[in-house]
Amino acid sequence: MSSAPLLEVENLRIDLAVGGNRFAAVENVSFSIGRGETYGLVGESGCGKSITALGLIGLLRPPLSFGGGTIRFDGREIQNLPPAAMRAMRGKRIAMIFQEPMTALNPVSPVGRQIAEMFVLHEGVSWREAERRAVEALASVRVPAPERRVKDYPHQLSGGMRQRVMIAIALACNPDLLLADEPTTALDVTVQAEILDLIRDLSAAKGTAVLMISHDLGLIANMCRRVGVMYAGRIVEERVAEEVFRAPSHPYTSGLVASLPLLGARSRQGRHRLKEISGVVPPVTAFPEGCRFNPRCQRATDICRVNDPAITPLRNGGVRCHHHE
Amino acid sequence: MPPILKVEDLAVHFPTRGGLLGGRRSLKAVDGVDLDLKPGECLGLVGESGCGKSTLALTILGLQAPTRGHITLDGHKVGAGMDRMERARIAQMVFQDPYSSLNPRQTVRASLTAPLRLHGVTNRGEIDDRVTGMLRQVGLRPDQAERYPHEFSGGQRQRIGIARALILQPKIVVLDEPVSALDVSIRAQIINLLLELKERLGLSYLMISHDLGVVEHMSDRVAVMYLGRIVETGPWEAIFTQPRHPYTRGLIAAIPDPFRRSPAIKISGEIPNPLDPPSGCSFHPRCPFCRDICRAPSVPVLEDVGEDHAVRCRRHAELPPP
Repeated sequence: MSSAPLLEVENLRIDLAVGGNRFAAVENVSFSIGRGETYGLVGESGCGKSITALGLIGLLRPPLSFGGGTIRFDGREIQNLPPAAMRAMRGKRIAMIFQEPMTALNPVSPVGRQIAEMFVLHEGVSWREAERRAVEALASVRVPAPERRVKDYPHQLSGGMRQRVMIAIALACNPDLLLADEPTTALDVTVQAEILDLIRDLSAAKGTAVLMISHDLGLIANMCRRVGVMYAGRIVEERVAEEVFRAPSHPYTSGLVASLPLLGARSRQGRHRLKEISGVVPPVTAFPEGCRFNPRCQRATDICRVNDPAITPLRNGGVRCHHHE
Repeated sequence: MPPILKVEDLAVHFPTRGGLLGGRRSLKAVDGVDLDLKPGECLGLVGESGCGKSTLALTILGLQAPTRGHITLDGHKVGAGMDRMERARIAQMVFQDPYSSLNPRQTVRASLTAPLRLHGVTNRGEIDDRVTGMLRQVGLRPDQAERYPHEFSGGQRQRIGIARALILQPKIVVLDEPVSALDVSIRAQIINLLLELKERLGLSYLMISHDLGVVEHMSDRVAVMYLGRIVETGPWEAIFTQPRHPYTRGLIAAIPDPFRRSPAIKISGEIPNPLDPPSGCSFHPRCPFCRDICRAPSVPVLEDVGEDHAVRCRRHAELPPP
């Protein structure tokens, strides 16, 4: 069995330009995703998880820019692909869905046509054939009465239905990798559950690998086998999903897990005071020296303020901390 | 103890023009809600977008006129003889987004002083004392009073929002999604602060939230809303460990469980158009336990199932245990 991962990211760096200075918004980020695997990136706003996804498919725009590292997709380095080659790959082999489908869909075009466009652009079929396949694609994302819905404009659909349309567009050409950036954050919880089921079922059926990005640790653990926890532009811990909750190793991860009012916790153990993480998430322009979590960390010592910790391998993962558990 | 907030048969209907046949229809955002908030209690109000929970909160605070029904705040009937000023001294609100609910051109001191002056506190020494005391209560330093909202982080801004709500010493605070706009690592600070203030100042909270983890952690009692009506209400343990209504059970099951893949019960579809609600039980088109009886025209009653627990479902007694 060929065990080469589908996607290998090594030492990815993404720069943010601010007034003539460059700041590394993402630095030394390495991870890999196997064929058909669902991998999660979790972190708070500003940690760099979304721009990591954009960086993978060449969608960084000023003030953000690719700053270095290698991105190997299906054995080929793609970080320096010319724009035309990247465009041909985007949508066909790597597709992306976003948090707010209304802004990602074209408001003046029927949704069926936006799906059909994928078949025309990437597979060269006729518009007539493409529109027929668009109905099938809508049916596959469980939109009721797809033959009528293809004629609808995005504003005529609910948020959940729009996200289904986005998924239909993204999966139209059977991509190898789906980048899903907070795909359910704007949705109600019952609709979120359906969309997550849909992503899970379709990716399993088609063998699509998924990079799932969210601020919701519970969601990521539920959806993914392996998880990378990001903080201030770094992956600080990479683990098998359940272990992130059961035995977090990095002080940021364990702080985050202890700070969450998890559903069911009060019924099981009574109400306890939630653990607080002091301080605030630092902005890109003021990432601390040494370990980037040190000003908020209860385990921090002198070395943490000076030396940036390297990754210590753990069983099924690794952690970036001088005093990890 | 009498409830500090009593809502009786409250309805808020919005007239809309141009139905299918050109007739007038009304959107029943809130349709016959009864609620009691006891002194010192946190009542969690749960439901998805469009269920009417925000309209209900705005109506309680007098920011929206009710179509029918009564609201009693601390023994005073709202509407008859109660003015805005009096209501403001009894009930206040903390908003979801501290970025948009503070005036960017006012210092914290100005934001906190204005309500005091409006309510007749003119002694400068007393104003300064109350502002300083309030800032300390919410975990800010008195010298931060001269700063503007943009100089604070999201969590600190929510502390200012809380201080602004509490400066008139209200008895009731409506919390509208108080932590959902904040970074995950900051939420615990605000949740802990709200619970401490409730104990220290003897406040009563009506908290709106879609985050069931936060609701379970903070609430003494919980009310679940669906399409303008309360479908289940009870003590937090009953709602979270023995939910009776299929919607409540589906909502809880919909939260991604970090340790388990597939939920026991799934709700399909989306909230129906509130202009054209389903007949009978308005949840029936999405309910996995729906039978013919659920479609029968009348709306099911909110039935008492013991120990302060009530559920609006005709089949609740026949359903399999959760």
